[in-house]
Amino acid sequence: MNRPENDMLQSSPAIEMIDVHKWFGNFHALKGVTLSVGAGERVVICGPSGSGKSTLIRSINGLEPHDAGRITVNGFTLTENQRDLFAVRREVGMVFQQFNLFPHLTVLENCVLAQTRSRGRTREEAESIAMEYLHRVRIPEQAGKYPARLSGGQQQRVAIARSLCMQPKVMLFDEPTSALDPEMISEVLDVMTDLASSGMTMVCVTHEMGFARRVADRIVFMDEGIIVEDDVPSRFFESPTSARARQFLSQILAH
Amino acid sequence: MVSGPIKNDMSSKSRLASPEAGAEIAAPTAPLRLQAAKWPDLLAFAIFLGLLILLVLRGASAMDYNWQWTRMMPYIVRNVDGQLIPGLLLKGLRVTLEISFFAMLIALPLGLATALLNLSKRPVSVFIARLYIELIRNTPILLQILIFYFIVAKVIGIDRWWAGVLTLALYEGAFAAEIIRGAILAVSRGQWEAAASLPLGRIDTYRFIVLPQALPLMVPPLTGVLVNVVKHSSIVSVIAIFDLTNEGRSIATDTFMSFEVWLTVAALYLIVTVSLSLVAAWLERKLEHGSST
Repeated sequence: MNRPENDMLQSSPAIEMIDVHKWFGNFHALKGVTLSVGAGERVVICGPSGSGKSTLIRSINGLEPHDAGRITVNGFTLTENQRDLFAVRREVGMVFQQFNLFPHLTVLENCVLAQTRSRGRTREEAESIAMEYLHRVRIPEQAGKYPARLSGGQQQRVAIARSLCMQPKVMLFDEPTSALDPEMISEVLDVMTDLASSGMTMVCVTHEMGFARRVADRIVFMDEGIIVEDDVPSRFFESPTSARARQFLSQILAH
Repeated sequence: MVSGPIKNDMSSKSRLASPEAGAEIAAPTAPLRLQAAKWPDLLAFAIFLGLLILLVLRGASAMDYNWQWTRMMPYIVRNVDGQLIPGLLLKGLRVTLEISFFAMLIALPLGLATALLNLSKRPVSVFIARLYIELIRNTPILLQILIFYFIVAKVIGIDRWWAGVLTLALYEGAFAAEIIRGAILAVSRGQWEAAASLPLGRIDTYRFIVLPQALPLMVPPLTGVLVNVVKHSSIVSVIAIFDLTNEGRSIATDTFMSFEVWLTVAALYLIVTVSLSLVAAWLERKLEHGSST
């Protein structure tokens, strides 16, 4: 799978994190993380639990405000200012482990609401865009249903469509398949693979190593709040340089 | 995962029943349980009620009390030249309902505003909200109405009727604020995060995501507040407003029929409060139905 816009990489990265720190009380969750993601690049973040990978991805759109360092997304720098935060979030879509669909709204309304409120689209425009993306995640027929009526895999695909409706430049996935029953994982991964081949910039925290190997341009391995390895999948899987990565891979690939 | 949000709702509902508000929350749903009661329960209840009435009647006859229920009628409705006009008790009931209605009309937005201030990240807003809530909840309502009538009303130039309404509104608003805050906090963090990521603005997030989900959680405990407004409105009799309680007192003083008068007054309050509880229960079912389909 070739990166469509290789030359964009040199000009300006889609995500730029420089020496980012985060504390939860006394716990130092991110210890000076520096990471650059180019436009169109697909990066998979992995690591043992508690390694800070979720904190890292959640700091990119300010859900976890960082305490030190600098985060820039498409030229917008995250500050404590609400307007800057909103500007970054307009560029970034996010998919959660627990889907977080709005249970009191139908699938279609889930996809339409933010388009009309934050993108200034009319209801008709928003609905036609919503249906377009529901087609893309292969569940247009569920548009009129409430989320509770859908399976986990369907809910997660709606969550992806809801994010895409805002036409973000970057998509973040925080363990998108970890809450799913095994038989539903592939339908979500298929949608994500499609998205990757369309050239979307993606950062994904996942334990799905098969997906990582197939789709990722780079694998970032974290442990104890620092980036231990950052390499192309072939080298990461075949010859990891650190002992910690080797141990992690043997554990995760063993079962 | 499909059952996740529903389970969450249940647990948050029980979380709302904090000890301080517990009694008020439990009361309004109690009459409903009669619908599901089995006949042995009903029999036990009938025996209990019979014994209670017997006790009152025996007590009254031991006191040589002279029951005069027929004399009560004109205080409820009077027949003047073939036209039915409301008696003093019904007039008092009307005042009680008017005061309760306007007090609740003010208390709900006041409670919502206070809850939002309390949840904001600005320390000054939180301080103002906490100050109001703690002042109101930790002083006697009798004292509050006296301060309001003799000091605040004189300073800002309002009459006794508005002094009564505002005292009640401030009092119940403080309790409503805590209920609304609890219901908002019971909406899961993931909902806030999903809304923020889309992004939706803070006001839109409250309006379209959080409040619609918090509303079904608020209704049962807010019914308790509504019932309390009606009950607590009897406090306005101390500033010489002729509500149901005050009319009752003046009739009882005039006629010495204290048993009949006070039992009638109690029955009138009960009719209002039980009706409110029933309407709220219906509304609650409707909201629950709407959110789960």
